[in-house]
Amino acid sequence: MNRLLAQYPQKVKDILAKYPPEHKRSAVMPLLYLAQGDKMHITRQDLVDVGEICGMTETEVESIVGFYTLYYEEPGGKFRIQVCTDLPCALRGADEFYAGLCERLGVEDGGTTDDGLITVEQVKCLAACHRAPMLQVQSGHGLDYHENLTVDLAMEIIEGLRQAAQAEEKEAQA
Amino acid sequence: MSYVLLRHRDIPNLKQLDVYVENGGFQAFRKAVTEMQPDEVTGQVKISGLRGRGGAGFPTGLKWSFIDNNNWPHYVVANADESEPGTFKDRELMEENPYQFLEGLAIASYAVKAHTAYVYLRGEFWQVAHFLDACIAEMEKAGYLGDNLFGTDYSLRIYTHLGAGAYICGEETALLESLEGNRGQPRLRPPFPPSYGLYGKPTIVNNVETLTNVPLIIEHGGEWYRTFGTEKSPGVKLFSLSGNVAKPGNYELPLGTTFRELIFTHGGGIPNGRSIKAIMPAGASSSVLPATDEVLDTPMDYESVRTVGSDLGSASVIVIDDSFGMDWVINKTLHFFKHESCGKCTPCREGTYWMMNISDRLTQGRATQADIDLLESVARQIRGKSLCALGEFSTMAVVTSIERFRDDFEAKTRTEEAEG
Ligand SMILES: Cc1cc2nc3c(=O)[nH]c(=O)nc-3n(C[C@H](O)[C@H](O)[C@H](O)COP(=O)(O)O)c2cc1C
Ligand code: SF4
Ligand code: FES
Repeated sequence: MNRLLAQYPQKVKDILAKYPPEHKRSAVMPLLYLAQGDKMHITRQDLVDVGEICGMTETEVESIVGFYTLYYEEPGGKFRIQVCTDLPCALRGADEFYAGLCERLGVEDGGTTDDGLITVEQVKCLAACHRAPMLQVQSGHGLDYHENLTVDLAMEIIEGLRQAAQAEEKEAQA
Repeated sequence: MSYVLLRHRDIPNLKQLDVYVENGGFQAFRKAVTEMQPDEVTGQVKISGLRGRGGAGFPTGLKWSFIDNNNWPHYVVANADESEPGTFKDRELMEENPYQFLEGLAIASYAVKAHTAYVYLRGEFWQVAHFLDACIAEMEKAGYLGDNLFGTDYSLRIYTHLGAGAYICGEETALLESLEGNRGQPRLRPPFPPSYGLYGKPTIVNNVETLTNVPLIIEHGGEWYRTFGTEKSPGVKLFSLSGNVAKPGNYELPLGTTFRELIFTHGGGIPNGRSIKAIMPAGASSSVLPATDEVLDTPMDYESVRTVGSDLGSASVIVIDDSFGMDWVINKTLHFFKHESCGKCTPCREGTYWMMNISDRLTQGRATQADIDLLESVARQIRGKSLCALGEFSTMAVVTSIERFRDDFEAKTRTEEAEG
């Protein structure tokens, strides 16, 4: 049973419609995003399911996952806080901002908070260099940019994420 | 001067279809499809002298004329991968003036008789991609995309495609591989995409900014565009200004504007009482320029920047003040290139790793004089031996920093020797 086809039949159809029918393989990247969305990492079963839809072997799909940095084979935090510390941002204090944020969260570079909610990591330029320090939040809901930050502002954003996650959990239980 | 590209700064809400149409939107596309032959469209773009804004500066009309008419179908792909550190212009265009970009893509598609076009966006532009999807849906509803456009038999569809975090996918053949569902590793060129591109079919790849110029060129004619800029570098350019300046941001200026005008008049100069030390005119891939008067007075066009020992590239101008050492600057660029090397060829894969390693030692004060020469020699060995330009890019800042700012490197080894 293909989970993606069962769970998201319309979305799979819309993705495939973008490419010529004889080039289904082009759908591998959007399908991987679809598979990753609800749990923020790609499982073995996802590799098989995605491969089945776009005509690739599990190994071929895995090599795609391994090549691109926005797909994760290991589970991490529910939210990935990705701080740009590339050159233009670093010229405007991004390294100090990142260190400050890690300290306030009590995690190491690349670490995850004890509640499993937040993973913090450094990333390369995100095309927002004029609004450094900045970060993006990657989650099952997609990707959001937050710019012109201080550590305090970033902590407020993270608090917002925590509350949203709690509300979501309550809803799921109800 | 009113804006050519950043027109949303003149016209509020230009990102709404009705506002765009009220301000002449899609007239150029209509004119092209109903009144011009595809070759005539290409001809006007040739006359305009427009050159690719993705970095290489290749003449756009000429590229379109290379499309192989013996092999079908044709494709056009907009390069919205924008990942060069210091570059953030395409994002503003897509977020704030999306229809002008999409109209440019549509006109390019008509000019090369393509009926399908893709926009390849870096994965981080997730929100931008969703916004463009909504814009594309609006265009379909209003009859600017789909079948029988403007009552002719021309049809066109545009789709977005998200990458997933790999700088190399900005290189056009890696981008095509990625779009085909493969790892984003460059192809050997030639053949070039206009003869062998997406799915092996003739394909034009153009940068977002390049395409955003096209509607106004068709509306006003190629000659009009030449009234901006210089003889050899006509037109306007978006300069992404970042680093140690008071007002970083995107500036639309005629090609040939000086560094001084960009940095001091528009960018507000250097903050915190510091003075300017160096300029990287093309992001992390730049040859580094010392900020001498000669350099500051150099016009920013493709030819002039070369005469002072660098390249304009994507015109992502990074300003560095005198509180930073160039050893630290190249350590940042090397971490970037080491991370982004796609691993396909050995000189780049191994070379970026070793350069980063030596550079780490240097910035941490653990290197000797000999390491400076070793770093330079590794960089020089990568040159000319890599499959794509990334290998070359990774060495530019290294070699020029050691050449032009050697003191910064020696100071690091001297502290080490003094401390024993
Ligand atoms: C490593 C590398 C990265 C590149 N990144 C981009 C990019 O992010 N955006 C872009 O438009 N062109 C990029 N290019 C240039 C493209 O290969 C290609 O020249 C360009 O998309 C052509 O469009 P243009 O003629 O309109 O500039 C890159 C090239 C290399 C070698
Ligand atoms: S030069 Fe580097 S990025 Fe380009 S193909 Fe070779 S390994 Fe890949
Ligand atoms: S360097 Fe951080 S967004 Fe560009």
